[in-house]
Amino acid sequence: MAKVLVVDDEPNIVLSLEFLMQQAGFEVITAVDGESALTRIAEMPPDLVLLDISLPGISGFDVLERLRAMPTSARLPIIMLTAHGREVEREKGLALGADDYITKPFSTQALVDKVKALLDESAA
Amino acid sequence: MMPPRRTERLVVLVILAALLFTPPLILLADRPAGGLSWLAAYLFVAWALVIGLAAWLLEREPKE
Amino acid sequence: MDRELSVIVAAFGYLALLFVIAAWADRRARQGRSVIASPFVYTLSIAVYCTAWTFYGSVGRAADAGPSFLLIYLGPTLAMLCGPLIIRKMVRTARAQRITSIADFISARYGKSSRLGALVALVALIGITPYIALQLKAITLSHAVLMHYSPVPTGVTSAASFLNDKSFWVALVLAVFIMLFGTRHLDASERHEGMVAAIAVESLVKLVAFLVVGLFTVFMLFDGPADLFARAAAQPQLQHALSLSAVPGGALGWIGTLLLAFLAFLTLPRQFQVLVVENVDERHLLRASWLFPLYLLIINLMVIPIALAGLLLSGTGSDPDSFVLTLPLSAGQEGLSLFVFIGGLSAATGMVIVETIALSTMVSNQLVMPLLLRATPLSRGLRGDLSGWLLGIRRVAIALILLLGYLYHALIGDAYSLVTIGLVSFAAVSQFAPALLLGLYWRGACGLGAGLGMLAGIAVWGYTLLLPGFAQSGWLPMSFVEQGLYHLAWLRPYALFGLDGLDIYSHSLLWSLMANIGVLVGVSLFTRQSRLEQTQAALFTGALTEGIDTAPLWQGQTTRGALRDLLKRYLGGTATSRVLAEANATDRNTSMEACVASADGENAAAMDASASPQLIARAEQALAGALGSASARVLINSVVRGEALDREAVLRILDSTSQTLEYNRRLEQKSRELARIGEELRGANERLRELDRLKDEFVAMVSHELRTPLTSIRAFAEILRDSQDMPDDKRAQFLEVVVLESQRLSRLIEEILDLARLESGRLTLHPKRLDLVDLTRQSLAAVQHPIEERGVHLEAIIDLDEAQVIGDPDRLEQVIINLIDNAAKFAADQAPRVLVRLERHRGHIRLSVEDNGPGIAIEERERVFEKFHQLAQQSPASGHTRGRPRGSGLGLPISRGIVSQLGGRLWVEDAETLDGASLIMELPDAPREMQAS
Repeated sequence: MAKVLVVDDEPNIVLSLEFLMQQAGFEVITAVDGESALTRIAEMPPDLVLLDISLPGISGFDVLERLRAMPTSARLPIIMLTAHGREVEREKGLALGADDYITKPFSTQALVDKVKALLDESAA
Repeated sequence: MMPPRRTERLVVLVILAALLFTPPLILLADRPAGGLSWLAAYLFVAWALVIGLAAWLLEREPKE
Repeated sequence: MDRELSVIVAAFGYLALLFVIAAWADRRARQGRSVIASPFVYTLSIAVYCTAWTFYGSVGRAADAGPSFLLIYLGPTLAMLCGPLIIRKMVRTARAQRITSIADFISARYGKSSRLGALVALVALIGITPYIALQLKAITLSHAVLMHYSPVPTGVTSAASFLNDKSFWVALVLAVFIMLFGTRHLDASERHEGMVAAIAVESLVKLVAFLVVGLFTVFMLFDGPADLFARAAAQPQLQHALSLSAVPGGALGWIGTLLLAFLAFLTLPRQFQVLVVENVDERHLLRASWLFPLYLLIINLMVIPIALAGLLLSGTGSDPDSFVLTLPLSAGQEGLSLFVFIGGLSAATGMVIVETIALSTMVSNQLVMPLLLRATPLSRGLRGDLSGWLLGIRRVAIALILLLGYLYHALIGDAYSLVTIGLVSFAAVSQFAPALLLGLYWRGACGLGAGLGMLAGIAVWGYTLLLPGFAQSGWLPMSFVEQGLYHLAWLRPYALFGLDGLDIYSHSLLWSLMANIGVLVGVSLFTRQSRLEQTQAALFTGALTEGIDTAPLWQGQTTRGALRDLLKRYLGGTATSRVLAEANATDRNTSMEACVASADGENAAAMDASASPQLIARAEQALAGALGSASARVLINSVVRGEALDREAVLRILDSTSQTLEYNRRLEQKSRELARIGEELRGANERLRELDRLKDEFVAMVSHELRTPLTSIRAFAEILRDSQDMPDDKRAQFLEVVVLESQRLSRLIEEILDLARLESGRLTLHPKRLDLVDLTRQSLAAVQHPIEERGVHLEAIIDLDEAQVIGDPDRLEQVIINLIDNAAKFAADQAPRVLVRLERHRGHIRLSVEDNGPGIAIEERERVFEKFHQLAQQSPASGHTRGRPRGSGLGLPISRGIVSQLGGRLWVEDAETLDGASLIMELPDAPREMQAS
């Protein structure tokens, strides 16, 4: 069973993502800030990460950058899921190596499809 | 030292003075007043007027 | 004879006083503390216009010819009003070219022509001699009246026999006096500060003397002006005394005389001397332009009363020219008569002094020096210092001029009255006006035309005024006047070509000016100007253009030594070193060593060095100041090899200056303005860009904050829609989240609107007196339950019974709740506590809300009041444990905005009681007087 890490500091958003991913058949782990996200990834490497940008402490961009810098997570599928909707931020996220950049509020169906597609791709 | 407006005003004042000091205007004043003519009195008054205007014009601080 | 002695003592004492004043003014000028540098002194020196002719003759003319005497003063009034326009141009040119006299001026204008200068000098000499004679006549006549007055009017004929002797001596004394006066300096220069100071004093003396005799007449001899005029009006023979019908020539004669006086005022050599040559500061002209007409008005006020009084009291036998003296004499006022005599003396001497100095300068510079220089062998033969020669020539000229005046007076002077002689002179010098005035404004006027025009004019003047005068003196047959030359009626001098009905002066002026101007214009239109003439014409007509005389004019070559020798010969040693030192000071090409050496005249090497164009120009100026421009040009040419002037360049500069300079000036102004505006625009743009950036930032933050709750709402709504088989408790939980997040969204929108209103100043508060104790309790009650539900312990210490403040209760409650809510968020994880305290502190009500959290670092304390600033909440490693609601980051900025609008303050400190931070709100105590109501 594929493992998805949800990183977000908004409890209700985490709650909804957790439910959605579980319903789609994935195992879900969560983190509420960048620091704990990195620890989680080191402890139990996920198959995919849903990553917010505005996080207490280390920002989502920093987390992304660090993950891409580590060989173990260089190819880990990462979807940025954020309320920062400006074009410059989107470009920055993709440039830093995110596989996709989805702006909140998002369509639940589209998100689930995207996660599945990425997981299939990385499995192949 | 002489802004254009002041020069214009001065030229007009000179013309005014020349008109006041010459016929036909002085003929108007050449009338007897109890035996003597008003002419001299008129000339002095016109003269003083012109001097007053010139003083006013030339002593003000030029604004332009 | 006691009376004779006292008169002589008074007269000589007066002259001695003048001499002392002149010497004092000269000394002050050398010390650099000029006494004549004032518009008042300048005005008084111009009043040299009022001579003995004014002092005695005005009354005479008023008695004979009614108010026409005023024309002699109205003309100059008009001329002086034009002063800031015309005379200023002459002053500026004369200064730039170091002009010494009107002859020099006209000669310089027409290419430094020495022939034209000589012609002007000759005409002036012929025309002015009668005028000087007139002054001598006035002095001797007044002296005679004073000495030999008898109450029985026998006329002045008895005095006339004494005249011849007396006037010769008067002329002699004046000659000596003027030599001492005007040629005191060893280096002849065009300025005479001492003379100007003395003339100014003389103008005061004659004014006061004339006013005193006038007041005496009106108030002592009569009972005030009303009495005088009433008695005059009663006399049938005086009926027309003041009307235009008494004026010779009628209305046309009136205009003619006015024009004559206007032109003569500008062209009389002595007027040119004081107006132009002796002018110290161009700005003095402005005040003199109205002050001098005022002087003329005042000195003429008493003329008519004195004339009427004289006619009433003296009968027909006495000479109206002497009324000024005979009136006080007839009343037995010896002292007053003596004072009047001194006044007349000052009027006469003032004129003679200035006129003679001006004429002698012309004679030496325009007549003698050019002749001397032309006779080349002679001037080569004159070794050594020529500056002494120059002064010698002037002194001889002074003596000769006064001798001429005496001779004129002795031989033909008696034929004319004072005014008549004066007007003849006026008509003569008016012949300078076309050359002078046209030359100032018309660049095309040429020297040949000016010379021929002047000759024509003076010929007509001689035929229509001078020769008839000779005829009346018995030198020529009267038939010449009555029947014309060769008995040709159209050649009658007083009715040329049959033109009749004008007075003789207007008649003469009309024909002579027509001839003069006609020839000048006609010849100029058909003559090519020389190149030097073109240059000078351009310099004169463009005199008021800025920056015109800066170009170095000399292109030739000479050595410094040659120039120095030349200057030394004509100016003397001291003046030469001064000129060279001045030139060196401005000449940057010269080394310090050469500068010192040339001033000393020691260093031979420096003397062999070639002279700079500036030095040559300066030397020519210095020579022109002493010798006149024409002679100076000849002398400089004698030592300078090669092309003297780069005339093409000068002409080019001059032609383009008027337009180009003005154009450049405007362009510069415009570009300066543009640069300034550009700078302002850049600044404004910078500010706008900053504001734009802040706005973008704000919009991004707002949208981010709005998206967050919206995300939850949409996600759960879609989940609820898509998952049919969901447990009920799950469904209820999700629905609850949707509701809570919707509420959060509305709150957020409300806050954003509040903030927008606060920032634009449109937030309307409804302040009223309220008790903060009540309000705090109310707020506590509202938040108590939700806060404690989150596990936070909330307590309050309220030490006051009441706390009256002015505020909007709803808004203040919002603030207090916000503060408590904020504190609860930041309280410690374990046993969170919030303490609310209300107290009075220095006239303010202070509400502090403390928490037991980690506190806020000092550098963060102001930033918490920034929009959307959210403190990094201490992260519980376990994730969101306490379900703490997140703030929007707008609460504190809004609170602070509200509090400061109510006149209070809101800030962060360390908590007093608990360990964390303390948010403190302070509001001013409500005023007492309002409390009573």
